[in-house]
Amino acid sequence: MSIRGAAYVAGIYEHPRREIPDRTVWEIHTEVALGALADAGLSMSDVDALFCDGTAGFGVLTLCDHFGLQPKYVDSTETGGSSYLAHVGHAAAAIAAGKCSVALVTLAGKPRTGKPGVSFAAGPENSFESGWGLSGAPHSYALAAQRHMYEFGTTSAQLAEIKVAASIHAQYNPHALLQNVVTVDEVLNSPMVADPLHRLDCCVVTDGGGALVIVSPEIAKKLGKTNAKILGHGEAVKHTNNGRIDLTHTGAAWSGPLAFAEAGVSVQDIKYASIYDSFTITVLQTIEDLGFCEKGQGGRFVMDGGLVAPFGKLPFNTDGGGLCNNHPSNRGGITKVIEAVRQLRGEAHPEVQVPNCQIALAHGTGGSLGSRHGSVTLILGQEDA
Amino acid sequence: MSTLPTPAPVITTANEEFWKATAQGRFVLQRCTACEEVVWFPRRHCPHCWTEQLASFDAKGTGIIYSYTVIRKGAGLWKDASPFVVAYVELAEGPRVMTNIVECDIAALHIGMPVEIVFHDTGEGNALYRFRPVTN
Repeated sequence: MSIRGAAYVAGIYEHPRREIPDRTVWEIHTEVALGALADAGLSMSDVDALFCDGTAGFGVLTLCDHFGLQPKYVDSTETGGSSYLAHVGHAAAAIAAGKCSVALVTLAGKPRTGKPGVSFAAGPENSFESGWGLSGAPHSYALAAQRHMYEFGTTSAQLAEIKVAASIHAQYNPHALLQNVVTVDEVLNSPMVADPLHRLDCCVVTDGGGALVIVSPEIAKKLGKTNAKILGHGEAVKHTNNGRIDLTHTGAAWSGPLAFAEAGVSVQDIKYASIYDSFTITVLQTIEDLGFCEKGQGGRFVMDGGLVAPFGKLPFNTDGGGLCNNHPSNRGGITKVIEAVRQLRGEAHPEVQVPNCQIALAHGTGGSLGSRHGSVTLILGQEDA
Repeated sequence: MSTLPTPAPVITTANEEFWKATAQGRFVLQRCTACEEVVWFPRRHCPHCWTEQLASFDAKGTGIIYSYTVIRKGAGLWKDASPFVVAYVELAEGPRVMTNIVECDIAALHIGMPVEIVFHDTGEGNALYRFRPVTN
């Protein structure tokens, strides 16, 4: 069984604010849920499935109680920032199996004005990874960037091109945290955080959240608007592999082929891609692993505006991405789906809208390239795709 | 380079043998007697063939830098320790282990550099394993 065409993304909502000191995380969950349902033309009473990550209190138990929902299908899959793309794939499978017909996915968090992230119970690796002074995601991702540079000759200037492209897009997004266009030199001259990653190689830290509504084809038809058809989904967990960690590949090398096969499309068919951009190196490795260029050629691929919409080789993250726009709750996955749907609907900003965007890809990376991470790839299309 | 904090690891039933040996300057690895795979990090089962026939042995304590980063601004215990180096060292026996590189000229570090183990006492009956460039 395939999920191709079995479900649609009918509602999207990205919280417009990037600092939300006057709301609780739970209030933000409500705001984005109602926003996405209104976008779909549905209400909370239509929802029969709820999806959230592992940071939402006691997961779906907390949120069902808070929302006042009694769904018949729930899922708290936790793969870090890629969780919400997994939720979309799982919701589509559940809808295809007849378990539910209107699935709500929500994310909210306040790392900017509230508490910093959540901490999970220590795993068995903890005693072997916590004593060396890694104290943030940049430190761990830097290990991957350094190795990629060593193996393939990738340069800091090439990584900077990714930030530059994101900033070119962000200037058109009035909600983006960073709206200034930056240059390669500005990235290279920003303070070094953990060699070889500079401050401007890193994503923003924002409060906020987002929500998605996934529906069955029957309901999508009734709603009668431009919905994004779910064509394919793939997911993978890449880990330290019994001490044989490989820092130059991501799980996209596994999740990508699964999604492309299910969708029945190839990289040439992708008109727009939302690529998880916690750091510039995350984007570079992901576009290689998804097959947009050969392994090791990502640096060359992103040069000369390769990622700049609407006419680059692979227009990416036209909302400004996590690098400039928004990385709510330190997790960029839901905004990746949201911007891909905007592109398919033709609702991206006119300056960055990809003409005739029939098929789009969204990819999430949660956890760390420097240790273990979850990779999820979604392929979405217009009705006739 | 500043002196690095040396926090004691959290001891569990799965790792106590490993950490106990560090107090004697030994880095203990496990090898699966069924499939010959060297296991890292220590556990009760082989993550390669899933049997529970692991035998411990002392590693040589040498390796090469697989990747590294220079942390320019640490946090918590490491707030005043920067700059310092976190790396994956590929041990002679195969596993790549996360660690610090110490007693080094940061500017001269490079991937592939041969390194050797040193032990830093935590004061709680065990020691953290770190690596320094081989100087001979």
